Amino acid sequence: MTALGLFNYWAVIVLMMVGFYTLIARDNLVKKLIGLNIFQTSVIMMYVSFGRVTGGTAPILFLADHGEAAGDHAVEATDHAVATVDHAAEGAEAVAGPGEAAADVAHAAMEATQATVEAAGFTAYSNPLPHVLMLTAIVVGVATLALGLSLVVRINEAYGTIEEDEINAMDLGL
Amino acid sequence: MSENLPALLIVVPLLLAPVAALIGRASVAWAIATFSAWWCFGVSIALLQRVRAEGVIYYALGGWAAPTGIEYRIDLVSAFVAVIVTTIGAVSVLYARQSIAKEISEDRIALFYTAFILSMTGLLGISITGDVFNVFVFLEVSSLSAYSMIALGQDRRALTAAFQYLIMGSIGATFYVIGIGLLYVMTGTLGMEDLAVRIPEVLADGQGTRTIAVAFTFLTVGITLKLALFPLHLWLPNAYTYAPSAVTGFMASTATKVSVYVMLRFFFTIFGAEFSFGQMHLNRVLMPLALVAILAMSLVAIYQTNVKRMLAFSSVAQIGYMILGISFGSVLGVTAGIIHLFNHALMKGALFMAMGCIMYRVGSVRIEKMQGLGKVMPWTMAAFVGGGLSLIGVPLTVGFVSKWYLVQAALEQGQWPVAAVVMIGSLMALIYIWKVVEVAYFQQPDPDHQIKEAPLGMLIPTWILVVASFWFGIDASTTADVATRAAETLLGVMP
Amino acid sequence: MIGDPGMIVLFTVVLPVIGACGVLLLRNRPNAREAATLVTGGVTFFHVLALLKLVRAGERPRFDMLEVVPDVWLAFEVEPLGMVFALVAGFLWPITSLYAIGYMRGHHEENQTRFFFFFAIAIAGAMGVAFSANLFTLFVFYEFLTFCTVPLVTHHQSEEAKKSGRIYLGILLTTSVGLQLVAIIWTWVLAGRLDFVDGGILAGTASTGVLGTILVLYVYGVGKAALMPFHRWLPAAMVAPTPVSALLHAVAVVKAGVFTVLKISVYVFGLDLLSTLATADWLAWAAAMTIILGSLVAIKQDNLKARLAYSTISQLSYIVLGAMLANEWGIIGGGMHIAMHAFGKITLFFAAGAIMVAAHEKKISRMHGLGRTMPITFGAFFVGSLSIIGLPPAGGSWSKWFLGMGTLEAGQVGLLCVLMLSSLLGLYYLLEVPVKAFFFPPLEDAHHNEGIKEAPLPSLIAMCVTATATVVLFFWPGLFHELMSMVVAGGGS
Repeated sequence: MTALGLFNYWAVIVLMMVGFYTLIARDNLVKKLIGLNIFQTSVIMMYVSFGRVTGGTAPILFLADHGEAAGDHAVEATDHAVATVDHAAEGAEAVAGPGEAAADVAHAAMEATQATVEAAGFTAYSNPLPHVLMLTAIVVGVATLALGLSLVVRINEAYGTIEEDEINAMDLGL
Repeated sequence: MSENLPALLIVVPLLLAPVAALIGRASVAWAIATFSAWWCFGVSIALLQRVRAEGVIYYALGGWAAPTGIEYRIDLVSAFVAVIVTTIGAVSVLYARQSIAKEISEDRIALFYTAFILSMTGLLGISITGDVFNVFVFLEVSSLSAYSMIALGQDRRALTAAFQYLIMGSIGATFYVIGIGLLYVMTGTLGMEDLAVRIPEVLADGQGTRTIAVAFTFLTVGITLKLALFPLHLWLPNAYTYAPSAVTGFMASTATKVSVYVMLRFFFTIFGAEFSFGQMHLNRVLMPLALVAILAMSLVAIYQTNVKRMLAFSSVAQIGYMILGISFGSVLGVTAGIIHLFNHALMKGALFMAMGCIMYRVGSVRIEKMQGLGKVMPWTMAAFVGGGLSLIGVPLTVGFVSKWYLVQAALEQGQWPVAAVVMIGSLMALIYIWKVVEVAYFQQPDPDHQIKEAPLGMLIPTWILVVASFWFGIDASTTADVATRAAETLLGVMP
Repeated sequence: MIGDPGMIVLFTVVLPVIGACGVLLLRNRPNAREAATLVTGGVTFFHVLALLKLVRAGERPRFDMLEVVPDVWLAFEVEPLGMVFALVAGFLWPITSLYAIGYMRGHHEENQTRFFFFFAIAIAGAMGVAFSANLFTLFVFYEFLTFCTVPLVTHHQSEEAKKSGRIYLGILLTTSVGLQLVAIIWTWVLAGRLDFVDGGILAGTASTGVLGTILVLYVYGVGKAALMPFHRWLPAAMVAPTPVSALLHAVAVVKAGVFTVLKISVYVFGLDLLSTLATADWLAWAAAMTIILGSLVAIKQDNLKARLAYSTISQLSYIVLGAMLANEWGIIGGGMHIAMHAFGKITLFFAAGAIMVAAHEKKISRMHGLGRTMPITFGAFFVGSLSIIGLPPAGGSWSKWFLGMGTLEAGQVGLLCVLMLSSLLGLYYLLEVPVKAFFFPPLEDAHHNEGIKEAPLPSLIAMCVTATATVVLFFWPGLFHELMSMVVAGGGS
């Protein structure tokens, strides 16, 4: 992987440092929050970059229609999966049962998709999990930002300023 | 139902929190909060009993099996921490009724209790989950609600304290996310048990050692920031001092404890003791920091004129004790750390609640305003003395039990100076507790202000914790047993 | 309440607490309250006597309370040394309470309920120390004693009391937490147990260097034994009302200290091991230094209570010396001195208090001719002094004799000289008082009363009882000698 190929990660590092620096060095509370946000954004970018698999396509299930063999294959695999579920449903199994059955279905589905993907010429899917994690992280970031900004509003009401050095001076004078 | 107890521990309060917010009436919100806290208390005790009897409990949320699905993994440490959180929560919520009614304006009280329930839920979620990203989610849930609760304090400095905590806490959480991201890249999984299996494989491979080490470092920094280990403790004194009394009582006893739990999970269960202590030399980093925390923070505490602030610095020192125990890396050391989680929760909870009673009646927590309180508020001051005796480590209190294990752990490894530091810390605690005792018992009460004893609704929860701190100091067999077995589980091989 | 021996032990420790609660309940009726104290004292002493009977028969009544931490128990076991301490404390508590009734009322002291309450609690602490079956229980009650005597020492709640409280608590807790607790945990790590056993538990567990260090930690860690330089709390505690100084700082607190030193010497180290440790010799000389220095400082004190305080510091080191000699005579002498010194010193303190209440004098230089108005008091003082100096017909001569024999057996003639020298110094600084009182004319500006005006009657009776006891102990020292011989027989060579 060339240095240029790692461009994403360079961007992550730069953003992280910029965000962190702003956070620490700036006195204005809103700027601190912006720094925090940039910092968190860099992490989001990092995860998303992790998710990219070389040669992988978007992680959306691809059901091609060229190659009936591929399609039959898929149907077979799905039938197989359904049969497994039936089996599981017949037996009086513990809580793990449905979990196992679900895993079986997933496995079968994976085989199916693999078959169709191969048929379409792709070798892999990019990993969707980091995206999922980052959706959560974005929400958390938004909530933090909202809370932070509302605190800044209240601080402004209470102190009349949002510069940290002025606030500290006022507190020490108390 | 008992099958689904782990889920119910989280789901019930999570659903009740918005109900409290929507209904909006203070007393109803309090009732909902009390119900959730006591519900969780009952469930956590039941879970602890089950774990002691059966071993680790696995619960796949929604039936999706790990490691693809999120799984709750409750072992002895988790259950113990959950019990600590819910005990303090249950007692705090009773205490909060009158304390909060006086300190927060009526229209915000319902929102306060909503945040309280959410914070408790978050902390519980952290303790029982078996998925590292889930930990982050719950960590942020509990932290954000904590920031809100702190900001509701009366003094305007509560706002800046909450803001500072928000900034530092978010940095910590983000470092944590970076850490687990790097782990995910190398191992492809987010489940704790799975990670514990795959990390050694990756290390043996030789390919990803640097990444794992970097991940370890980010995680350490992130977690130590959350648990306020010196020198990343800067948010704690202000946050504890200016938050409403009930919040300080609750948070001082829970938030940092759960972060210590997260540290235990990562260093022992996920990375394993050989990697953490052998390759990464964790003890060389943690022990000096812990020792400095004990000495420096106790020293700073002595010079404080605001008693809540003094107790806050004392808390940072006590966290130093916990980390010191863990840094030994031996069964005795980790036992000491775990048992101090419980013991400190009891003692500090009692002390902060006593301060809350004083705040309620006197309106200030500065030491000069506390003169003669020994006469006019005898029960409150007796509670303070009781908690103080525990801090000093007088035998028959919980504080002594922690010191007992800690010094044993030090002597077992031949670490003289460490044992000496532990004792010096106790003596410094004596100094700052005695300062308060002198003012309260040796000076005359202010004749201008008629001060009455604190209301029963606040005294009783305070005394519950004080009595508990003596009870578990006199009969420490249960806690010692749980802590020792938990330490053995953590240091042993993963099942 | 004769019954199971274990229960008797438990009652002996718990009864004073019950009595304390009685005092609290009766706080608005002073006479009933005082009666509660006396009755409890009597009943407790009765239990002590019951235990004495059992111990003399060779039994060791035991009571296991609870397991605090795995393998560490809170338990009581009565053995002869503990019996000595318990007898002294048990007998002198009701006597001192009698004295205190007279004193507190005569001196118009405030907060008397609080005083009697903590007085009783402190005795429970002393009993707990006396009957402890292992180091942990000892430590628990030792600390308990420290804390429950703080309200007594700082009774007057003045600035001076506050400062004294700081010194008291500071020194005692620093030594106990910083030194003694470390030694205890170290013992636990080395020996795996904390019980008191005949012959000790530390033999063979580590090198003599290590064990010697632990011994030093223990002896200096027992701050209540007032070994210099950790002696400063004793004179500081003189700010307390005299009954407190009498009982606690002549009997309960200080005796708990030297008792601990003896107990550890005999039952944790064992005399065999102790005699091999070089540090035992050093500590014996440290005790000797304290004996001499204490006496020298005492001579310079004009305040009577201060002089008695330094005398106590000096006398306590007699017992420490006896322990460090690590031979039978030394232990017997040391143990007997617990009793002899207690009775003698308490008489002296009673007299000092009586002088304060009746004649309002604290300084010796102003006590010229006071003997005319207070003959009984100064007579008692004289008798008490004999015991401290070690002259017949006072009991103190026996303990001095045994200690002297102990130094000879250990081949330490120098220490014998120290003992002799301290007697001479004691002659001077103690007898100065009755001599000035009886044989010197009163000072011009002293407003002494005409005729006899002694202390209030209860105080007077108490003082006479203890003075008589010191003489009685001269003629009948058998009981204490017997008990101490049992100690060395079991725990010694």
